[in-house]
Amino acid sequence: MPMLHKAIFIGLLLLGLVAPFMLYPIFVMKVMCFALFACAFNLLLGFGGLLSFGHAAYFGSASYISAYAAKAWGFTPELAILCGTGAAAILGLAIGSLAIRRQGIYFAMVTLAFAQMVFFFSLQAPFTGGEDGIQSVPRGYLLGLISMAPDRNLYYFVLGVVFVGLLVIYRIIHSPFGQVLKGIRDNEPRMVSLGYRTNRYKLAVFVLSAALAGLAGATKAIVFQLASLTDVYWTMSGEVVLMTLLGGMGTVFGPILGAAVIVTMQNYLATFGDWVTIGQGIIFVVAVMLFREGIVGVIARIIRRPL
Amino acid sequence: MFELLGIPPQALFGQLLLGLINGSFYAILSLGLAIIFGLLNIINFTHGAQYMMGAFVAWMLLNYLGIPYWGALIIVPIIVGATGIVLERLLISRLYHLDHLYGLLLTFGLALIITGIFRNQYGISGLPYAIPKQLAGGQNLGFMFLPNYRGWVVVVSLVVCLATWFAIEKTRLGGYLRAATENPTMVGAFGINVPRLITLTYGFGVALAAFAGVLAAPIYSVNPNMGADVIIVVFAVVVIGGMGSILGSILTGFGLGLVEGLARVFYPEGSAVVIFVIMAIVLLVKPAGLFGREA
Repeated sequence: MPMLHKAIFIGLLLLGLVAPFMLYPIFVMKVMCFALFACAFNLLLGFGGLLSFGHAAYFGSASYISAYAAKAWGFTPELAILCGTGAAAILGLAIGSLAIRRQGIYFAMVTLAFAQMVFFFSLQAPFTGGEDGIQSVPRGYLLGLISMAPDRNLYYFVLGVVFVGLLVIYRIIHSPFGQVLKGIRDNEPRMVSLGYRTNRYKLAVFVLSAALAGLAGATKAIVFQLASLTDVYWTMSGEVVLMTLLGGMGTVFGPILGAAVIVTMQNYLATFGDWVTIGQGIIFVVAVMLFREGIVGVIARIIRRPL
Repeated sequence: MFELLGIPPQALFGQLLLGLINGSFYAILSLGLAIIFGLLNIINFTHGAQYMMGAFVAWMLLNYLGIPYWGALIIVPIIVGATGIVLERLLISRLYHLDHLYGLLLTFGLALIITGIFRNQYGISGLPYAIPKQLAGGQNLGFMFLPNYRGWVVVVSLVVCLATWFAIEKTRLGGYLRAATENPTMVGAFGINVPRLITLTYGFGVALAAFAGVLAAPIYSVNPNMGADVIIVVFAVVVIGGMGSILGSILTGFGLGLVEGLARVFYPEGSAVVIFVIMAIVLLVKPAGLFGREA
């Protein structure tokens, strides 16, 4: 890992350690969950070149599964989160193996349509609580020992989960597998002629991205003690695209910043109602028209180092 | 009365009619998407919002200016189509040289803005729009009751779809259009103003969506989310049909509307997802879509 990246990771960790003393811990946890979600999405879009417009399906279904496991089966939080992540991975495998049959914008439409199917399932399935969602999910005891009820305890658990998640993504990107992915993103026919079975790589990254998005969604369900339809609706898929685009797709740290900006905006402008939607739309348009590299992408260009 | 698989015929035909009507909207909207995609290579995510705008502008014309349904049917597509032309000139035209993805993202952002504005202004509860009195009432066909307005919607959408198909496949202008999708540089060299052709095509596609919106206004309540819900189904329709052919998107639109109607009779819980299930099957068997050409 280059010095700069190491320094940024350490900085992020320190920031995470002191943040709850300055900011509302639940808010910071929300930022962290979305940062992980956006980074998982960016793994697929920024490094695999695959625009999934239905990532809410994995985020939301994992939050349902982990909420249900924690509430109905009395699972400890870490087991509940693992359940959710596993479910998201399986769902990712099912949808991904169909979606990679189409490319480009068709791929985006297919993932979006399947995500909508997951949404309708979540609306109607007997265990999801319909419009109410699954409420008052117990936070439980970590490993059956440490109570997660105090925000401070839960906070450091979530920080650990998210930080490990980010390191895993970093590891994937910088592995030989990640290099093959970038090759496919930049020129798929060339990779095919080099003998790579590109569909296998695309499916693998799809499943990894879905699982990590699920990890983020499952963690969020435990934090907010709630799994609801908002997390599976397609606007959530749009939001994660926005976070990634704004922060900088294809950069390592961009989605974290993008998620922080968007969540902060939603949090502090919530009283303005639909102006938030309009604001998000304007950010989308401005980002696409004027700075497609995203904030971190622009910084990386200026300091001439990959970020 | 006879019964079909234990379903009373009134219910069956009623749902089939409903399916046919939904199918009309799927057909017009996927046709508009197909035309825009054909020439601009952009998936117009704003399409749903433009359909919603059509319904709202019709409502505004009636309530603010007193212009009735029949006037709206002509004026609304022109107004909304014009806004589409402005969008194309100002924003979309600057993205043609980039990856498709950016067009999708831009139009998605535009959809958020348009939906947000209408939600701010009119709330989400929905506004009523009366059926024009010439089309009130209905016909008793013996086996079912057919409300006149619904019959009108099916007929007029068929006419519009077929007219569009005819214009694109059989006229000279349509010929230019098809040639420009194949090779814009060559067509430009023959002295045809390709950028203007593209702009007008986008305007026409948007006008089609707005026209569908006016048709929809008296059936569904006019509300800011009406486009967001339908557009995703239309995307599925497009994937199933494959965007290669104009006729394909019309047939797929109507067909899937009917399938959805049938599902509502025999397995109501599944009616919301039946189109997506079909999409999964089609992707397994024929990834390019039923009418699509393998790229």
